[in-house]
Amino acid sequence: MFLLLPFDSLVVNLLGISITVLFTLLLVFIIVPAIFGVSFGIRKVYMKTLLKIFQWATLRIERGAKEKNHPLYKPYVNGIIAKEPTSLEEEIKEIRRSGSGKALDAPEFELSDIFYFCRKGIETIMDDEVTKRFSAEELESWNLLSRTNYNFHYISLRLTVLWGLGVLIRYCFLLPLRIALAFTGISLLVTGTTVVGYLPNGRCKEFLSKHVHLMCYRICVRALTAIITYHDRENRPRNGGICVANHTSPIDVIILASDGYYAMVGQVHGGLMGVIQRAMVKACPHVWFERSEVKDRHLVAKRLTEHVQDKSKLPILIFPEGTCINNTSVMMFKKGSFEIGATVYPVAIKYDPQFGDAFWNSSKYGMVTYLLRMMTSWAIVCSVWYLPPMTRQCDEDAVQFANRVKSAIARQGGLVDLLWSKEGEGERYIQGGATETLQQNDCRQP
Amino acid sequence: MMASRTVQHNWNLDLCTYFLNSSLQLLWTHREDFQRIPELAINPLGDRIINAFFSEGEDQVNFRGFMRTLAHFRPIEDNEKSKDQNGPEPLNSRSNKLHFAFRLYDLDKDDKISRDELLQVLRMMVGVNISDEQLGSIADRTIQEADQDGDCAISFAEFVKVLEKVDVEQKMSIRFLH
Repeated sequence: MFLLLPFDSLVVNLLGISITVLFTLLLVFIIVPAIFGVSFGIRKVYMKTLLKIFQWATLRIERGAKEKNHPLYKPYVNGIIAKEPTSLEEEIKEIRRSGSGKALDAPEFELSDIFYFCRKGIETIMDDEVTKRFSAEELESWNLLSRTNYNFHYISLRLTVLWGLGVLIRYCFLLPLRIALAFTGISLLVTGTTVVGYLPNGRCKEFLSKHVHLMCYRICVRALTAIITYHDRENRPRNGGICVANHTSPIDVIILASDGYYAMVGQVHGGLMGVIQRAMVKACPHVWFERSEVKDRHLVAKRLTEHVQDKSKLPILIFPEGTCINNTSVMMFKKGSFEIGATVYPVAIKYDPQFGDAFWNSSKYGMVTYLLRMMTSWAIVCSVWYLPPMTRQCDEDAVQFANRVKSAIARQGGLVDLLWSKEGEGERYIQGGATETLQQNDCRQP
Repeated sequence: MMASRTVQHNWNLDLCTYFLNSSLQLLWTHREDFQRIPELAINPLGDRIINAFFSEGEDQVNFRGFMRTLAHFRPIEDNEKSKDQNGPEPLNSRSNKLHFAFRLYDLDKDDKISRDELLQVLRMMVGVNISDEQLGSIADRTIQEADQDGDCAISFAEFVKVLEKVDVEQKMSIRFLH
């Protein structure tokens, strides 16, 4: 028993020292840079190292699979039915061209011509391009997360060891670290904004509020190990404008808000989200709607218009797709935010799925499961492009304006623009809209 | 007959799993749900195909009705040709496939394709590049070639006769990838 006592206190001492060291490191390397908005570049080095390891792992799997003749990846990409290689648009053009050009030959028509269109129509009902966008993307290389490679067989000892090591690091080291950071970030946000809320309105309050918000979002960004590259920062949204972006996950908000000071729009939630929302609104005027108000489109539009017309108020952040898409394409934008008549600042967000898939499939995972997945991925890597501002032209309606903004976002982010036009019974299949002309020919009332 | 029903049922189940997974488990589908599919919106026959799912005067279709319409596009299996002829004809027989196409032309459901109905389909398919007279002459020529009893309209029997050389099975069937 005597032998145990000094041993015990030694262990306790060591534990105490290591925890202190860990927290000091945490403070110095993560939180202090977050407060001041600088970066040591640790995350970039981390990313490069990981890439090298993934390359090795992928080559090893391919070699192993060839040796054993295993199928490599789940064949998902082509859908569930066998489709003809001709495309619908080309067939339509083919049929219509035969009439216009050659005036002398009468165009050929058979009663059986409709079979092709009939079958194509039924094929799209069974398996269309749109529904596919709502499932997560399948990867070409393996990033040591078993959730992205469903056919992982035992290939080699080294690979399995590496994968096991990866699991250990992610769940036992990164996860607690990230949870601690997230906790710090959120509690700082709540207390910071509540404290700032007690100050009288004025420049001092605004300044403090902005920096409290930015600081806490930066901590949250580090809590997810998000490595973000911002492009064209001179186009960042200004007061009195609306910022629209494509939506892949709830993290989009954190990513955008850590680089700019926005007014958020959303529904009032209960629980932790509600606490955060109520605290945030004390420091700066965000726009939160009650559940009942959300259904009333006119009320929503009215409040947003009021906010936008006050030039001292912050730019509003809106995601017009309305739901999370898997980041391979951009869906039809809902036109509500484009009817308000303010300047629109489009932003394109593109995630690199190699380090962690940020897409939230809300029918498959709840919020907590999703956050857990995020925090046990390697990192979230994404690029943000700020596009030049756009305004509604005189001859467009809200829908056309929305589509124009959508094309710009899709083109910049390298996403497929799922867009069709109902004008002229499908005669125009638009891929990418008109160029965003910056003619200041806007028709807003002065 | 029981075996052929089971095969049809299994094929439908393949579609069943996909459908339920991808459509928020609606039990009723409305016209607007179909119209939201972009590729269907640009298909010249899009509206007609959507109409084919709904019965007379109905605004919604349930899953069974949906499957019945899609079942027309099941490939014709060889071993079914030898089944007994006493049972009801399966939905994907050549005759039923042709009937499905016939109904796309025949809007007023009087079992005849009149000149006007043919003109409407032609106009939808060829767009605005061809003049009315040219379109009219194409329609007249088509009816002339098909019409046998001289009523200036195409009945179902005449329709079948014109298309007897066409490989309907290949053009109006959809196969699953496995």
